[in-house]
Amino acid sequence: MTRFAVTRAIEGLIVLLVMSFVVYGLIGLMPGDPIDLMIASNPKLTSADAQRLRALYGLDRPILERYLNWLTAALQGDFGYSRAFARPVLELIGPRLVNTLVLMVASLTVALIVGLAAGLYAALHPRSLIDDLIGYLSFISISTPTFWLALLLMMLFSVVLGVLPASGMPVGADTGLGERLRHLILPVATLSLASAGGYTRYMRAAMIETLGQDFIRTARAKGASEMRVVLRHGLRNALIPVITVIALDFGALFSGALITETMFAYPGMGKAIYDAIMANDFNLALVTLLFATLTTLVGNFAADLGYAWLDPRISLAAGRAGT
Amino acid sequence: MPLLWGRLLPGGVLVLLAALALSAPIYEAAWGIDPNAVDLSQRYGQPSLTHPLGTDELGRDLVARLLRGGRVSLSVGLVAALMATAIGTMIGLLAGYFGGKLDALLMRLTDSVIALPLLPLLIVLAAVDLTKLGVPAAIAQSEDVSLYRIVIITGLASWTTVARLVRGETLALREREFVLAAIGQGAGAFRVMFVHIFPNALTPIIVAATLSVGNVILFESVLSFLGLGIQPPIASWGNMLTHAQETIWSAPALAIYPGVLILIVVANCNLLGDRLRDSLDPRSVGR
Repeated sequence: MTRFAVTRAIEGLIVLLVMSFVVYGLIGLMPGDPIDLMIASNPKLTSADAQRLRALYGLDRPILERYLNWLTAALQGDFGYSRAFARPVLELIGPRLVNTLVLMVASLTVALIVGLAAGLYAALHPRSLIDDLIGYLSFISISTPTFWLALLLMMLFSVVLGVLPASGMPVGADTGLGERLRHLILPVATLSLASAGGYTRYMRAAMIETLGQDFIRTARAKGASEMRVVLRHGLRNALIPVITVIALDFGALFSGALITETMFAYPGMGKAIYDAIMANDFNLALVTLLFATLTTLVGNFAADLGYAWLDPRISLAAGRAGT
Repeated sequence: MPLLWGRLLPGGVLVLLAALALSAPIYEAAWGIDPNAVDLSQRYGQPSLTHPLGTDELGRDLVARLLRGGRVSLSVGLVAALMATAIGTMIGLLAGYFGGKLDALLMRLTDSVIALPLLPLLIVLAAVDLTKLGVPAAIAQSEDVSLYRIVIITGLASWTTVARLVRGETLALREREFVLAAIGQGAGAFRVMFVHIFPNALTPIIVAATLSVGNVILFESVLSFLGLGIQPPIASWGNMLTHAQETIWSAPALAIYPGVLILIVVANCNLLGDRLRDSLDPRSVGR
């Protein structure tokens, strides 16, 4: 188990390192560079000044050298300054990361409760009317563009009914908890509705497959109660593949969070990434992207551990084969 | 899902929509409409004889925009899905056939790409300045470049499912007698992969390709919506919604039509993929 966890953690770190290089390279390919932007904002700079500035910031060096310099500084906790906010990047990220985690955890919880319950119910009553209804609804959920779902919810609850705010999470410390929660309802509804359909489908398929296995028949034959057969023997086994898929979906969940945050002007990491890229704020874009990757990797890692805990065969196999 | 919608109905719906989108020039000629003609005196026009669904925020005919947008969204979806399928098939065949270190490397790569938050990365890719990659400025700034760029970006994001499926199929097929016979007769690795294994793995590949069309269209629509995909004046269902958020008070219909069309197309691609899988793979439990 420990060995499994350590291997996965090391793999995650390698992915993060590779990602940081790829993203660093890509950011360098975005339109304009920091010096161009300085010249644009200060016409007094001559081309000789620009040359000096380039040398000062190390922008005339090869990309690998610049990347290693950035990495060295980053490992010491120096992620540079945001151009648009003129503040250290790390200072800006903290509250946004918290906001995104609140949004993601709340949405994931709602989506899992709805999705797993609906999937379980559908699997226990296959081909019933409700099963069909659940099937159609989950199909619509996986096929609807998230931004359009957000638009529809906004239209319904903010424009037609006028009961919920369409955007603009208040940031001041004097805002009450109730007001904050009111601003969370539509984003959480959007993101969880968008993910619940997928979870329902995984859950239903896994549960139907598990209930058809021989050990379920054995459990029934030895006289276990239906409740025990379904929950103890069925659900625990069906959850194993479901957890894998949910873990693989963390990236998609973050992508959904980006759309939701942008639509509802919710001050989280996703909106920060989008705004930073749009404003050529290189340092902020780079670090927010890496934090997004890190969030996904941590989610994956947690799911892997849950997986190993649910299925004891995995940690045994990992211990022997060393993978 | 019940068989209420029929096994091939989703395919029929898609063909119908594609035919409609292709008939855009006929509609434009019949009504005498230019889909890109801006007419500020006709903004937010109500449905009328000259404009069956009314006009958008720049006074352009909505039906013509929707048809043109359909051409773009559908063709981007098809081409990018084909590209994703080609990449995924190559990676899956290589990993499954050669196995060992190559397999481990390719599958770790695939797993990592699946786990990544793709949308933020696609946004960066969409924002990359092509002239810095050595693309001549004349091409990088032409109107059509946003089309090619979005095809490549969404294609790069969608190959993973195909790769995993093809790898699994290849692993199973590699041990079959006809493959062993081909190897025994001295066929080279690439001949075995493409002549003997690939045709037999075609079924899951087609299913995965169908499912990825829907996926690609979703990616295209959100990138275009954010202003990073298909650039106006070219219409796509995604970029027709870019201003919808500001007009939901005054012209809600503008926000409804393109979204409904995206939903119909993506849902039918997913349904068709599901149906194909169920008819072709008796073991699948998705019904």
